[in-house]
Amino acid sequence: MSELLLEASGLHSFYGISHILHGVDFSVARGECIGLMGRNGMGKTTLLKSMLGLVRPKQGSVKVRGRDVTQTEPHIIARAGIAYVPEGRGIFPNLTVRENLIMAARAGVDGRCEWDFDRVMATFPRLSERLANGGSQLSGGEQQMLTIGRALMTNPDLLILDEATEGLAPLIAKEIWNIIHGIRASGIATVIVDKNYAAVMALANRSVVLVKGRVVFSGSSNELSDNEELMHRFLGV
Amino acid sequence: MDFAFFLIQLLNGLQYGLLLFLVASGLTLIFGIMGIINLAHGSFYMLGAYLAWSLASLTGSLAAAIALGIPLTVLFGMALEWLLVRRLYDRDHLFQVLLTYGLILVFEEIRSILWGDDMHGVPVPALLNASIPLTDNLSYPVYRLFISGVCLLLAYGLYLLIKKTRLGMMIRAGASNRDMVQSLGINIKFIYTLVFAVGVALAGFAGMINAPLSSVFPNMGGHVLIICFVVVVIGGIGSVKGAMAASLMIGLADTFGQVLVPEMAGMIVYLLMAVVLIWRPAGLFGRA
Repeated sequence: MSELLLEASGLHSFYGISHILHGVDFSVARGECIGLMGRNGMGKTTLLKSMLGLVRPKQGSVKVRGRDVTQTEPHIIARAGIAYVPEGRGIFPNLTVRENLIMAARAGVDGRCEWDFDRVMATFPRLSERLANGGSQLSGGEQQMLTIGRALMTNPDLLILDEATEGLAPLIAKEIWNIIHGIRASGIATVIVDKNYAAVMALANRSVVLVKGRVVFSGSSNELSDNEELMHRFLGV
Repeated sequence: MDFAFFLIQLLNGLQYGLLLFLVASGLTLIFGIMGIINLAHGSFYMLGAYLAWSLASLTGSLAAAIALGIPLTVLFGMALEWLLVRRLYDRDHLFQVLLTYGLILVFEEIRSILWGDDMHGVPVPALLNASIPLTDNLSYPVYRLFISGVCLLLAYGLYLLIKKTRLGMMIRAGASNRDMVQSLGINIKFIYTLVFAVGVALAGFAGMINAPLSSVFPNMGGHVLIICFVVVVIGGIGSVKGAMAASLMIGLADTFGQVLVPEMAGMIVYLLMAVVLIWRPAGLFGRA
């Protein structure tokens, strides 16, 4: 087994007074691609935020490269090579496209700078035409490209994508999937949350399914996609 | 009103406005980026003035006093943010008003204990203690021109910092989405500490540099605070550009008001605020 980048064990997290996660174990190894699945409200985003330091778990631990980060500030977790593309995108509307990108630029954990402004421009040629535009003037697809490009500017080892294609026209969504394929092929580990289960399972070597804050399935994506009964019971398809 | 007299009032108005900008820009930044209503901001102006007076008495030079005073105000601002202000970010404005109003009282008391309740003067530095004659009996003091020039330079520096540097981009990004900034590996807490300290230092510096003109006295921060809130509201909360426009407007309105309609001088800036708010409820550069 290769090095574990991210490892959560026995996580219990709350949203307000609601108990969302009930002892979740989750791990990502270097270069791995994991589909995190489950219907709405099952705790996917809370799990991601609990691992990123944005939600403090009440119980359990989170480790990044073997180091305990359960009570660590989010920016330190990010600096350990973990980039986050949140649901709803999280671009900075009061900054231009160029500023959104260069404010995030950083060398990776081992000092490598494979992703820089020029490479992001080459990957997302659409953005290069909108550099001086404010973030809020972009279309939904362009905003998503900007958020992914911005995450790549931090030269991460793990990219977490929460609903990256939500609300996008099919053609644009396809473009985003192609980009995610490219990122995965470059060796960056990915965790993908998306409603398009087929696309996720085609990409992910492992799938994890959450139901009501518990992991009910964790195994190879083929094992899940081939099992109609599981697909129906856990995901309603 | 002849031209020389008009010119003097114009320069005075601009100088007053630019000085207000130094104090108000910090107030509007701290509100716009961290969401903190800081009633104690006027106290930093007072702190600067008292530091200028006491350090100038010690060293014999206002320039030395300012050189020592700026790092002191920066450290003071960082300590204050770290100890108290950061506990307010996630709280309601009411808590912010309570704490920062309490700080005004505490700072006034400390001022009274440390420096007493007398009024003090700070001499204009000898190098700048001259006047430019305009007519036979009218002249303009070099020191006021000097203040205007320094304020303009600082304003330009602040503009460059916020608009052109990566730190400025991070600061602006923090105003729109704090969690996201952190998730990009940026230490937003430290950036907030810095922004607060810069705000304190700007207000303190305004107090220092203006000490020879205004003299140094108890509660001197109160009036400045109220006028600066008027500036922030007219300019649009959080907008540094707006603070600049509003500071100049207020500086000129107040100065010319005192000359042209002295019986209304006390009201004129508030009338101006009322008119601007009827015309643009979010202020000149505010986002509605």
